[in-house]
Amino acid sequence: MLSVRNLHVQFPTRDREAVRGVSFEVEDGEILGLVGESGSGKTVTAMSVAGLLDGCRRSGEIFLDGAALPTGRELRSVQGRDIGVVFQDPLSSMDPLMRVGEQVEEVLRLHTNLKRRERRRRCLEAMAAVELPDPERVYRAWPHELSGGMRQRAMIAAAVIIRPRLLLLDEPTTALDVTVQAQILELLRRLNREEGLTMLFISHDLRLVRKLCNRVAVMKEGEIVEFGDTEAVYRQPRHPYTRRLIDAIPRRREGMRQEDSA
Amino acid sequence: MRIHLIKAREGGRAGGYVLRRLGALLVTMLAVSFLAFGAFSAISGSAASLRLGTQGTSEQAAALEAEMGLDRPLLARYGSWLLGFFTGDLGTSLSYRQGVGELLAGKAAVTLALSGLSFALIAALSLPLGLLSARLEGGPLDGLHTAFNQFCMAVPPFFTGILLSYVFGIALKLFTPGAFPGLDHPRQAARHLFFAALSIAIPRTAMTVRMLRGVITSELRRDYVRTALSRGQGRGAVLRRHVLRNALPPVVSFLAQTMAEIVAGGIVVEQVFGIPGLGRMLVASIGNRDYPVVQAIVVMLAFWVALAGTAADLVNARIDPRLRFSQAETGGPAA
Repeated sequence: MLSVRNLHVQFPTRDREAVRGVSFEVEDGEILGLVGESGSGKTVTAMSVAGLLDGCRRSGEIFLDGAALPTGRELRSVQGRDIGVVFQDPLSSMDPLMRVGEQVEEVLRLHTNLKRRERRRRCLEAMAAVELPDPERVYRAWPHELSGGMRQRAMIAAAVIIRPRLLLLDEPTTALDVTVQAQILELLRRLNREEGLTMLFISHDLRLVRKLCNRVAVMKEGEIVEFGDTEAVYRQPRHPYTRRLIDAIPRRREGMRQEDSA
Repeated sequence: MRIHLIKAREGGRAGGYVLRRLGALLVTMLAVSFLAFGAFSAISGSAASLRLGTQGTSEQAAALEAEMGLDRPLLARYGSWLLGFFTGDLGTSLSYRQGVGELLAGKAAVTLALSGLSFALIAALSLPLGLLSARLEGGPLDGLHTAFNQFCMAVPPFFTGILLSYVFGIALKLFTPGAFPGLDHPRQAARHLFFAALSIAIPRTAMTVRMLRGVITSELRRDYVRTALSRGQGRGAVLRRHVLRNALPPVVSFLAQTMAEIVAGGIVVEQVFGIPGLGRMLVASIGNRDYPVVQAIVVMLAFWVALAGTAADLVNARIDPRLRFSQAETGGPAA
């Protein structure tokens, strides 16, 4: 499905590369987790796949279903259409001056010839599919009128409304509180199971990755240091860095509430 | 200024905002007119003696003060002045012995035309130039452009005015400096006013362009731009569809403040171009200690500026839904 080969990214202001020769594959229908602390290069990797990196040197190859990701103007026909992205903070990710419905159906406006009415119908459908209550009202609402969880549901609806081949999720629950976080994870799991949506899930939180992902890639200083089935990696980490990440997860036994780590 | 005349509710909330803004405007205008009236009252004791000259006795001064109504308490005088203001009776000019209303009517129309034209020029020039400027940022022409922008900002209107008068008036004979044809000759008057408005507009346009550029470049770094790009939207489309709208509210507010500058600039530029507007009248009347005229002009100009501010608030509330309700919902610092 998605194949990244020997990806290198360097920003002009830094001496060291942000991503140093990363290769991995996301298989059809799976959720691959990409974990690492901030600065490990996981978001930069995802943004290269989404074609959202500007002003940096990039080398390596990215294939989507066997075809190399186009560049320049043609890239735009893939963005949104084949690759949907959900970002970390749903409030700042939305245009505050545009009604939610118009933003959710924007991909349809850009990539299809559907008429306004038909777009609206599909939009309401997509909103219902991500369990947004009262889609008609949400359609007309302004971003600031929704709760954080509703906003992120709307952003997920906006990304999947056109059924992209790949959904990129860049820390999609980090800005949300814990109960909402669990609901969004449940929604993603359902979308993967029922719609067969392939996902690349980026997180700094191994706990979330364990709940959601079949396989996981652990990144450190721009490189993938460990790759494998989530459970296997979690039970028997081979790299000391993975070991430390797992040890950093607070446990109930140690008298710490889970909320504190969220 | 923040008042809550009407508590916003579901349903008629946006209407409530408009009413609140208009209420605030009314309060502002009352405050401004009272201040103007009070300030001139403080010196008006000498107005009677000024008319009598050095020969007048204090008895004569007292008699004249009674005749002019100056012996009544301040609030009573303010009340009847305010009533007069709204019924068109602005008192009598001390130096022209003529009703202030009829004295100023034609001049107010000229000033209104001049500042309206200046404003239109600023708004029409700075939006496209601001976009262009944002696009030039970091490019090879950026330095040149910034230098030119700073140059335009630095030239004072009176200087540009003299320059424009010389080039377009005396050399090219497009208008006759010093001889304003009057609004009865709209074509010639428009040409005359255009160059005056241009000299007011140049520095303010440069400032607005610079501000717009700053707002656009900072908006371009916002997350929603990245979202729009991730959907496969081109940069130009993102700029037009998302960024420009988001960049507009601060610019609208800035343009409203510009109205005050236009009015102030107009006072000088009217002198340079020989335009018989309120500005020239104001300068002359201050020289003559003609306080009823000064008072009326100050209040009119203040109203004009306050009106521009309220118009900007209402325009911004149309652009940004968060501004419409924020006062009532959060009691926050939205005003």
